[in-house]
Amino acid sequence: MQQKIQIDKNGYYGQFGGAYIPEMLYPNVAQLQKEYLSIMEDPSFKKEFDFLLKDYVGRPSPLYLAERLSAQIGTEIYLKREDLNHTGAHKINNAIGQVLLAQRLGKKRIIAETGAGQHGVATATVCALKGLECIVYMGEVDIERQAPNVARMKMLGAKVIPAKSGSKTLKDATNEAIRDWINNPTDTHYVIGSVVGPHPYPDMVARFQSIISEEIRWQLKEKTGHELPTHVIACVGGGSNAAGTFYHFLNESTVELIAVEAAGLGIHSGHSAATTTLGTPGVLHGSKSIVMQTPDGQVVEPHSISAGLDYPGIGPLHAHLFASGRGRFLSATDDQALKAAFNLTRLEGIIPALESAHALSGLEQVDFPKGSRVVICLSGRGDKDMDTYMKHMADFE
Amino acid sequence: MSRIEQLFDKSKQASKKVLNVYCTAGYPELNSTLDVMEALESNGADLIELGMPYSDPLADGEVIQQSGAVALDNGMTISVLFDQLKDFRQKISVPVVLMGYMNPVLQYGFENFCKKAAEVGIDGLILPDLPPMEFEQEYSLILKKYTLDFIFLVTPETAPDRIEQLDRLSSGFLYAVSSSSTTGHDKDFSEVEKYLSRLQGYQLQNPVLVGFGIKDKASFDRTTKYTDGAIIGSAYIKALGGQKGKTAITTATQSFLDTVL
Ligand SMILES: Cc1ncc(COP(=O)(O)O)c(C=O)c1O
Repeated sequence: MQQKIQIDKNGYYGQFGGAYIPEMLYPNVAQLQKEYLSIMEDPSFKKEFDFLLKDYVGRPSPLYLAERLSAQIGTEIYLKREDLNHTGAHKINNAIGQVLLAQRLGKKRIIAETGAGQHGVATATVCALKGLECIVYMGEVDIERQAPNVARMKMLGAKVIPAKSGSKTLKDATNEAIRDWINNPTDTHYVIGSVVGPHPYPDMVARFQSIISEEIRWQLKEKTGHELPTHVIACVGGGSNAAGTFYHFLNESTVELIAVEAAGLGIHSGHSAATTTLGTPGVLHGSKSIVMQTPDGQVVEPHSISAGLDYPGIGPLHAHLFASGRGRFLSATDDQALKAAFNLTRLEGIIPALESAHALSGLEQVDFPKGSRVVICLSGRGDKDMDTYMKHMADFE
Repeated sequence: MSRIEQLFDKSKQASKKVLNVYCTAGYPELNSTLDVMEALESNGADLIELGMPYSDPLADGEVIQQSGAVALDNGMTISVLFDQLKDFRQKISVPVVLMGYMNPVLQYGFENFCKKAAEVGIDGLILPDLPPMEFEQEYSLILKKYTLDFIFLVTPETAPDRIEQLDRLSSGFLYAVSSSSTTGHDKDFSEVEKYLSRLQGYQLQNPVLVGFGIKDKASFDRTTKYTDGAIIGSAYIKALGGQKGKTAITTATQSFLDTVL
């Protein structure tokens, strides 16, 4: 019998998780640990959260049978259209949840880190809606490659602060956000954008994103008569869209959980972000997980064409899925992701985010038995990636 | 009696405050670690906090981050550091605690790390991102086995029962962070004083050293009215600047410590 996949009372999934934080963060993190579940279960919270997901975000997001893609792959493929959410990605589900929670904790100032800018935009959006001050840390490199999202955040009234240390990408933006929180201990809530960070963030963010698989279950039932897919596929940066996509299938042993990481220029090229293949157990950003690091324990600078996957760790849930064998971990190179993005665009008229294109690329790497029902999380839309796509257009003509 | 206990005993008898100075291993140059430590000891530091550089030092402000980045560029690693420290007790007699982050220590192997540290003559450890629960469950026995002190941090926001818990788990001294911040920030010292005088009201088993934002004689004297001593970090790293060579390091250290003592 397979062990049930769930978080324990100390915030661990198996050996991964915990809250490895300096004492300066303890009061804030302890308050969250103590209160997140009761706040999330409070009827008034639920009511407001559900209302915003429905009328503001536009949920439920469609579960779309992609017929031409299905014909190409030779099996039934459904796209979970998180790209159709307000602001263009799954990130808004978590941003709304955490900002509502922050209000109930009496916080007035919201900080966030962002890679692709989707989480920054989502957080800035909810802060605009709620009239809260919003500061977003973003790596200098990412500010350049995701310019449209930087402009959106600014128009939404957020302050975007460039992270200039290290690789100047998501990892460093996260460091800066954590330092900001240390320096602003009383009035600030840190809206982490993925299932990473100290307990309770990985569980809290997974719960806010679990709406994805909650909807998949009833939508699939409606369309096929079956509640369970045979395979669910999602890309993994920190792992929040994957956690949301897997959540209600974690303990359904017939459902294969497939995570696709970014292999950059190739897994062993030295320019990759394929954490489970290249990483070893370690502590990063407050939890024990799998981390890409040197033999001396210095975190390495990852590479991916996709800013949202350019991260040298994964959430502890995913580390546990990997280590226990419950999840299957694949990877896609920059080129494979680009190819999958153009393929989907030309077959279905849907331009995916570069992150989501990694998940799509996973389709070619799996042999699906006859009669498979495959659900892929299309975590975001490609508007923010048009510059990158245009640069590679000629390769796909 | 451990080196750290002896130090606090002696300074209590002499009614003297302990000065702990932080330096980064491998900074400013890869091989300046011992020169810096010698300069600190001969110019009045009572205790040395030796920082092990890390790629993602969450609790540190820009100055210490920068020194760590330089040290890593210089080639500093834990193995290199232990090589440098092999015979350091022939030159240096003040207690030395290693400060760093969990990840490099875990990667080295926690027990292996403690064994090596004890072998070369290190007295204690500060790992700000090792929480008390994991400390008790997995690591405290290892530290005991190698008779290394472990020092926890408390902040103005730490609740009374937690201060007592962290004091109970610590040995050597307790590290009172002057205000909730990363290292190297300027402080409102009247707030710091209120907090430190509140700390005095606890029946703590350990001596207390205050750190973060202590940078000169004025801030040292003002805060140590309420504590057994203080820790200076960023201000010293700044003073070391880009000094190269033993003479320059010694001169810079001397003129810095002259302004504190
Ligand atoms: C569209 C999209 N998908 C996926 C990700 C990766 O994050 P996660 O692994 O947390 O879902 C991002 C991150 O920015 C994103 O913008």
